[in-house]
Amino acid sequence: MRNFLARYWFGYAMVLPVVAVLALLVVLPLLQGVYFGFTDINDTNIANPVLDREARYSFVGWDNYLNVLSGSAAFGSFWATLVRTVIWTFACVVCHYGIGLGLAMLLNRRMRGRGVYRVLLILPWAVPVFISAFAWRYLLNADYGLFNWVLETLGLPGQVWLGQSDLALVSVIVVNVWLGVPFMMVALLGGLQAIPSDLYEAAEMDGATPWQRFANVTMPGLRPVSSSVVLLGVIWTFNMFPVIYLITGNNPHTRILVTYAFERFFSGATRDYAIASTYGVLILSVLLVFAAIYRRAMARQGEEL
Amino acid sequence: MSIDAASLRASSAAARPRGRGRRSTPASIGLHGALIIASLIAVFPVFWVVVVSFKPDAKAIEATPSLFNDSSLDNYTDVLSGAKGSFLAWFGNSVLIAALTTVLGVLLAATTAYALSRFRFPGRHWLLLSFLIVQMFPFAVLIVPLYNILLELGLQGSALGLVLVYCSTAIPFCTFMLKGYFDGIPADIDEAGRVDGLSPLGVFWRLVLPLARPGLAVTGFYSFIVAWSEVAFASAFLSAADESKTLAVGLQVFVQQNRAEWGHLAAASVLVAIPAVIVFYAVQRFLVSGLAAGSVKG
Repeated sequence: MRNFLARYWFGYAMVLPVVAVLALLVVLPLLQGVYFGFTDINDTNIANPVLDREARYSFVGWDNYLNVLSGSAAFGSFWATLVRTVIWTFACVVCHYGIGLGLAMLLNRRMRGRGVYRVLLILPWAVPVFISAFAWRYLLNADYGLFNWVLETLGLPGQVWLGQSDLALVSVIVVNVWLGVPFMMVALLGGLQAIPSDLYEAAEMDGATPWQRFANVTMPGLRPVSSSVVLLGVIWTFNMFPVIYLITGNNPHTRILVTYAFERFFSGATRDYAIASTYGVLILSVLLVFAAIYRRAMARQGEEL
Repeated sequence: MSIDAASLRASSAAARPRGRGRRSTPASIGLHGALIIASLIAVFPVFWVVVVSFKPDAKAIEATPSLFNDSSLDNYTDVLSGAKGSFLAWFGNSVLIAALTTVLGVLLAATTAYALSRFRFPGRHWLLLSFLIVQMFPFAVLIVPLYNILLELGLQGSALGLVLVYCSTAIPFCTFMLKGYFDGIPADIDEAGRVDGLSPLGVFWRLVLPLARPGLAVTGFYSFIVAWSEVAFASAFLSAADESKTLAVGLQVFVQQNRAEWGHLAAASVLVAIPAVIVFYAVQRFLVSGLAAGSVKG
């Protein structure tokens, strides 16, 4: 034991503060949240120190999970919402990656004004989300937004971009793509710069076409970066709450799992913490399953994450 | 010590665009054209907020948009003079909370990342994996349990409690990034430092941290943005008094109370965005190299 401490004390000492903070502010609340999923807790029966009220919620077993997984509309049509969440995540991450990679490849060339382009293209990342959301709501406004003005000037009918239709989902996806491209672009640009240029020269010597160079040098060279940013991108997008919440609010056409958890959490007089926690646990489970499959698929291709 | 920090950084992080001879004129036009269009799309929504911020509220909702329409600085003077809520107090709170989060978050993430990068202690893999899993839980659903815990600790309603919560959201990602960055710094440097008589902490503080500046810049930027623009926790954990709100919360209240005042809202938004853009501009040259190292080794 003494030997063990002598060998590792410095490593543990450096890790300790973070482990303590995470245990206290993430793991403990997480366990409590899991427990809440098995109760009927809401704002009327939770302990309230301000009103000096004792907790009066009770244990209900798997009822919340059965209700949610039944897919009933009263509990947010779980399966339909899950499908929408998957569509949202897939569409956003594919566009983030595709556009980010395209721009990164353009930026990775020697040219005039490279630094300026880079600053301008990263800008959406630097602006706080609630301000971007405000900007886009203004641009997409049906009555005085710029989008409809352009369409009408061109003789096309204006659209209700953020109304009660699936067009709203398309609109929030566009906004989220705009927000998320800079991160992907920067990460991939770094990955591109890490690919040794002799590989390209060798490929060129061998007479590889630009497409072959892309498919056989660029993509394999990017794989370590790609596999981690795509995993992170999926996790972040799946749980992306502010964009949808700030742009369309509680619109059922843009509802994804996280925003529904919030809806239960914040709206109504009773504030259904139990259902919100149940959704939280289900979201975590879906992502854990995804991450496990993803890591296995990557491991098969020889990447360790 | 003969290792020159500056040259090492330059060689590990320098941009090496590959040039393959001169580009033809059409290719050049295509390249710049694509980048100009992309830049316009990236900048336009932000630019439009700036344009609107100078217009009176009534002109901001005219159906035919224009660049100038009775534009003036009135919206800004209204916002700054406190006619629309105690803007300056919110601003101060936000600066304090974001700065503390950045310093504390980066410091904690750096020590952890260094330990994970250099020491092979039991539980290391488990810890790395748990950082990934922590990202998966919808943080916002933790609000009620977190509220209870902060209350127990006596931190509910205080800026420090909020800072700790933000740190716990920012640290997992920052640690990942920094671990990748530290992995790229040769361990020989640490040994050379030890030979020259530095303590383990001295090696970390005087040698490794200065070399990792690009990585620190990225994680600092990330923590700052997290704290500067977060709404849900800030509205739940800060006391309801107007003077203790952050900008993000204050602006939400502002939106709810003044739905039609787009001009004033835009002016407030510009004022909020300015510090974030300044921080961004200060670190942007490090972003590419810093993020890349992190995600390669992530």
